[in-house]
Amino acid sequence: MILLETVNLRKQFGDTRACDGINFVVNEGEFLSLVGSNGAGKTTLVNLISAHLQPDSGQILLAGRDITFMPVADRIKAGIARSFQIVNLFDGLSVFDNVALSIFSREGKAVKMASLAEHDYEVRRETVEVLGEFGLSSKTEIPAGGLAQGERKLLDVAVAYALRPRLLFLDEPTSGVSTHEKAQIMDTVSSVVRGGHVTAVVIEHDMDVVFRYSDRIVMMHEGSFLADGTPDEIRANKDVASILLGAPLAT
Amino acid sequence: MKSDIHSLRERSLLKLVAAAALILLILILVPSLVGTYQMQLLIYGLVTAIAALGFNLLLGYTGLLSFGHSAYFGIGAYTVALVVQHLGPHSMEIYILIGIPTVAIVSALFGYICVRHTQIFFGILTLAISQVVYSLVLKLYWVTGGSDGLRVPRPSLLLGLLSFSGPRGFQQFVTSYYYYVLAIFVVCVIFMWVIVNSPFGKTLQAIRDNEIRARFLGIRIRRFRWISFLISGTFTGLAGILWVPLNGLTTPDVLYWTFSGEIVFTALLGGFRNFTGPIVGGMVFTYLRTYAVATTEYWQLLLGVVLVTLVLVLPTGIVGALAKVGQSLKGKS
Amino acid sequence: MGGPVAILTIQILNSLLYASVLFLIAAGLSLIFGVMRIVNLAHGSLYAVGAYVTAWLVGRGIALGVPLGWLFLVLPVGALSVALIGIVIEPLLLRPFYRRAEEYQLLVTFGLIQILEDLMRLIWGGTPLSADALMDTLPIIRIGGLLYPAYNLVVIGIGIVAAVALWAAIYHTKFGVMLRATSQDRRMASALGLNVGLVYVLAFGIGCFMAGLGGAIVVPTQAAVLGMGIDALVIAFVVVVIGGLGSLKGALVGAVIVSFVRTAGIQFFPELELAVLYLIAALVLLVRPTGLFGTA
Repeated sequence: MILLETVNLRKQFGDTRACDGINFVVNEGEFLSLVGSNGAGKTTLVNLISAHLQPDSGQILLAGRDITFMPVADRIKAGIARSFQIVNLFDGLSVFDNVALSIFSREGKAVKMASLAEHDYEVRRETVEVLGEFGLSSKTEIPAGGLAQGERKLLDVAVAYALRPRLLFLDEPTSGVSTHEKAQIMDTVSSVVRGGHVTAVVIEHDMDVVFRYSDRIVMMHEGSFLADGTPDEIRANKDVASILLGAPLAT
Repeated sequence: MKSDIHSLRERSLLKLVAAAALILLILILVPSLVGTYQMQLLIYGLVTAIAALGFNLLLGYTGLLSFGHSAYFGIGAYTVALVVQHLGPHSMEIYILIGIPTVAIVSALFGYICVRHTQIFFGILTLAISQVVYSLVLKLYWVTGGSDGLRVPRPSLLLGLLSFSGPRGFQQFVTSYYYYVLAIFVVCVIFMWVIVNSPFGKTLQAIRDNEIRARFLGIRIRRFRWISFLISGTFTGLAGILWVPLNGLTTPDVLYWTFSGEIVFTALLGGFRNFTGPIVGGMVFTYLRTYAVATTEYWQLLLGVVLVTLVLVLPTGIVGALAKVGQSLKGKS
Repeated sequence: MGGPVAILTIQILNSLLYASVLFLIAAGLSLIFGVMRIVNLAHGSLYAVGAYVTAWLVGRGIALGVPLGWLFLVLPVGALSVALIGIVIEPLLLRPFYRRAEEYQLLVTFGLIQILEDLMRLIWGGTPLSADALMDTLPIIRIGGLLYPAYNLVVIGIGIVAAVALWAAIYHTKFGVMLRATSQDRRMASALGLNVGLVYVLAFGIGCFMAGLGGAIVVPTQAAVLGMGIDALVIAFVVVVIGGLGSLKGALVGAVIVSFVRTAGIQFFPELELAVLYLIAALVLLVRPTGLFGTA
């Protein structure tokens, strides 16, 4: 089933066409990697779908519903969540509170001021569960600002995941960590996401990671899609190889 | 594992409650130990602490620095004075019953205008609004008494049950009013503590720490800031309501920007990154002010120098510094 | 006496006078913001210092028997004194906070307001300090039957000269290039070898000079009083809201709009002059939060 579809999506910054008529299809349950060189338009595409930016033209459909002009809060309610390339956490709050906040927001409980956050046992239970899945159980009371980089990346994903989205966008979840940690992070992320039946789109630069974990790979180049297929198909694609090696495209 | 976290939390909560109970006990015993003048100072201290507590919901927890909180304090005070003017002197409860909704509505209105903007504009906008209120109160002298202000006689307490007249009336009033304000102070502290530890309070802190991320969790930023502003202004307005019967008089001074500066100062002095900071700051500031004003005519200058020094040297305030000292002592042992 | 044309002309001239002063204050504020991304809350108080210093110097000059024509030199001296204060303040009190949370910057500059305002009270006391003598050195001219001080025209002239000079400096000098480079990308400018610290302190000094000059040229027309700094800050805020923070053009347009509205407002609603200005500012903020030409 098609979960997300963009129709002729365009976004231009001055002379640069960051998204040049993109028709992006994401199927439910996929673990998809979005790759391409810097400036190819990957982050712009994610920004458009997650309402960080408004498109110049085109449509975005979530499960058939037109969400092109839907504001951020509504889009999240509709089931889209994202993490950010530069880790974006609530550094002054504890690890526990970071995730709990997602759940409070999701449940519409964020406005409650007559009771202590601690006393909402349902939220606490679920927070402990999510933190456990991401391997952060031992760090719950530490302020998010005090974690190591790898743990921060995991927490970043956990916070987005706790919104229980239908579609989760992860913007470079392994950037800035050692190769060893990359595998650990992706192991955790992919098992949790797949286990939770969440459709995921991951922007990633490390092709090893991409080939190892993805069901499907989409490559962007200068605002358009260059290739779209399974890891094997992509491996066999000559254009992709050229881009990756920096050689000119075969005509 | 889970029970460890639970008992850790419960132990620190118990410590907190024990400390608070001890302080409360001392405060209750105070009238039997000190004279009327000291009790007055304490009442002013508690009132300032309530104002600072309200102010800090906005600064410490929501990350918004207001330079115009004098408006809410002053409107609270003037509301009481105008009630006296038009309905005659009444019990404290009537003043509070009329005063709180009034400051709440004003805070809601001004807050709605202000929270649409960023740090700098927010700050200057709050300052500007309070200056407008100040100049209106000053100019419309036939309503507000202009620069002379309005007098507020001693109210009765507990819906008229306790009234104070006669030769020892003032002393009796001060003692009773002390307990009255203390009770309200305790209620305010509990209210505020619940608010900052509620999901709402956590959300405010999230907005403070990372507005973008909060937005991407589906949180409506403006709405939360607005509610925070409303609560903050109402608390400070309540402080003004409580202040004026003891002071006996309200003048436009409490609406002037310098008074807003004092409120800011109390939060900074105590430390605005924790809950008890404003309370400590409010009490300490009241004493500082009383003794400093007696010493020098250039109070603003002193305040300004200390403010700048605090920001440069001790940005976490008294409580923050004490906490650091406590931690390093713990580390050593 | 004077016909309606004469009265209108005088109203327009008064508005332009006020606009001149407002432009200097607002442009200084915008320049500092544009280059350094900070708002000095004490900017209005620095304007007041310029007024007080100038009035005081005029008074001393007269007491020492200085010929009145020479007293005009006091104006730039008053402005320079404020610039000097600025050059001292920036490295000491502002630089430590560029990398810290914005609140600290606001707190420090607020503390500065308190210090400056009380220092003015300490040095010059509560009675207004005037510099009428300077205005009186210039003749009073006739406009269609009404009398108008020629000094006011000088103020308008200075405002125009300042606007042109500032524009020329920013867009046609090497220093202006440095200013613009630093304002657009501080790190890049530093990487290219620009001494960012020097640019900052100079930019701040120039901004303060302008505030001081505003105070200096206005004080012969109206005495320096305590609290004028805060009022100026608040009105300058309205100007930059309308014109946009960080824009020189915005400061000019904003100053003109605000002063004309204020003059009209005083005519019809003297009690509500401040409120009318805020209404406009609120409207502009609603429609275009960054102002007409803002870069914020």
